[in-house]
Amino acid sequence: MAFDSFGAFLSMAGHGPYVWACYITFFVVLVQLMVWSYRRRTAAMESCRRGFELQEGEKGPAASSGASASFSRVTVSQD
Amino acid sequence: MWQFFHKLGSPKWFYGIAARFMPWLLAGGILLLMSGVIWGLAFAPKDYLQGDSYRIIFIHVPAAFLAQSAYMMMAAAGLVTLVWRMKLADVFVRAVAPVGFMFTFLSLFTGAVWGKPTWGTWWVWDARLTSMLILLFLYGGVIALGKAISDEKSSARAVAVLVLVGVVNIPIIKYSVEWWNTLHQPATFKLTEKPSMPAEMWVPLLLSVLGLYLLFGWIACLRMQTEILFRERRTRWVRDMVMADRS
Amino acid sequence: MNAETQVQVRQRKSGVSVLTAMKATFVRDMKVAFLQRQDLLNPLLFFIMVVTLFPLGVSPEVSFLRDAGAGILWVAALLSVLLSLDHLFRHDFEDGTLEQLVLQPQPLFLLILAKTLAHWVLTGLPLVLLAPVLGVMVHLDGNSIAVLCLTLLIGTPVLSLIGSIGAALTLGLRSAGILLSLLIIPLYIPVLIFGTGSVAAAADGAPIAPYVALMGAFLVLAVTLAPFASAAALRISLSNG
Repeated sequence: MAFDSFGAFLSMAGHGPYVWACYITFFVVLVQLMVWSYRRRTAAMESCRRGFELQEGEKGPAASSGASASFSRVTVSQD
Repeated sequence: MWQFFHKLGSPKWFYGIAARFMPWLLAGGILLLMSGVIWGLAFAPKDYLQGDSYRIIFIHVPAAFLAQSAYMMMAAAGLVTLVWRMKLADVFVRAVAPVGFMFTFLSLFTGAVWGKPTWGTWWVWDARLTSMLILLFLYGGVIALGKAISDEKSSARAVAVLVLVGVVNIPIIKYSVEWWNTLHQPATFKLTEKPSMPAEMWVPLLLSVLGLYLLFGWIACLRMQTEILFRERRTRWVRDMVMADRS
Repeated sequence: MNAETQVQVRQRKSGVSVLTAMKATFVRDMKVAFLQRQDLLNPLLFFIMVVTLFPLGVSPEVSFLRDAGAGILWVAALLSVLLSLDHLFRHDFEDGTLEQLVLQPQPLFLLILAKTLAHWVLTGLPLVLLAPVLGVMVHLDGNSIAVLCLTLLIGTPVLSLIGSIGAALTLGLRSAGILLSLLIIPLYIPVLIFGTGSVAAAADGAPIAPYVALMGAFLVLAVTLAPFASAAALRISLSNG
């Protein structure tokens, strides 16, 4: 251990606020980045699922399996 | 070998590969990063010049390395986009640009806060920080241009051109800023220069760097998957995958 | 014999030499610009106005202006070039001339080089010519003004060339102006650093030849590489919208 006590560890000979501000910011940003990215993927999956369910609902339950085309109904979009 | 490249062109293949690697990247990344950080914070010896404030190095350097590496990776991906028109390369650039931006920001923030106990001011226009700031601008430009062009193909190629122009300029910018810095500041030791680091210091640093790289890999895979989901949202494989989850 | 003459005729019909095409592009851009003469004045006025802001906003003290003068003039010139880059492609884009240019058999990057040269003659060169007047207003001494004009002379073409890449990339986009600035300013920074650094060196009495050489190197690099990037970017933008 490089420090004599936990108190010394926290204060870091006066540099504590700077060191801890850095570490806390770093981990907050990193974890937030990871969580946000994960949430985006989940949201993307949800959005895809809803899109397909909507199509299934429109076509009727009989059409959901056995679609011979390799693409589900593609809507013409402007993007 | 060529089959690998052919497969690499398939978003579906990449999605699967990413899914397999991600748990390892996450676990490995957390393990290495936390060991490096804890070792560096609590166990590494004090620096004889800077005391304890140098411990910021264990997160500043990984962030800085990644900020720069991510841009290099984006440049390579940009080249692939322009030469081979591989869509996955553009997926990579779009996924990684915001991550690179955040790491550059973290590098700047930790660098600046480190400056306060060392130099007495919150911001110092030294060569490294200023170069990092310019890198932040380059990332910002890439993100902004990508969002501004709506057509996917044009956007991919325009962003690729911009990233490549940026990468050509990075050594020029670095050299210019370093030269400018010597003009305006007396020769003092640089913020992160450690001519000889004992093993108790560079081993935890290495662990943190590796750990952050692995975590970056996890985040990149995750974001690329999201981008692929969006682009392939009307295909059958996505439908099968997404509907199969439903239970 | 008949076939030979036919081949000759065909070759002559398609042969406009590259230099002729470049000259024609240059001359055309100059002519078009002179048709709307007031647009030529705008970058100059902007240049003067930005320089004026500094004594007004900071301090008119001779000591401050003498120290900061070179930097102020360089930044103002940089911003003026940046704002005028809009003209480089947009007018031609809007009336369809740009598409015709891209379709020419001559290499696009050379035609763009000609266009950029015209742009510099119309924008950058007047700034260089006006710089001594403004240099006197910010109390720079004669030697500094001379060096400043030299670095502006070498540097403003570099600014036009790098700027052409940004102009091509943001062609036709919404809020193209600010986006162009965001993309291009980081790339301008090395030119700015050495442009002003030369003047500082001259004020200290150090030789300026190394700096001039380096800026010359920037110019050579820009002339050889920037038109390719602009051509690629133009093709992308035109295929887009």
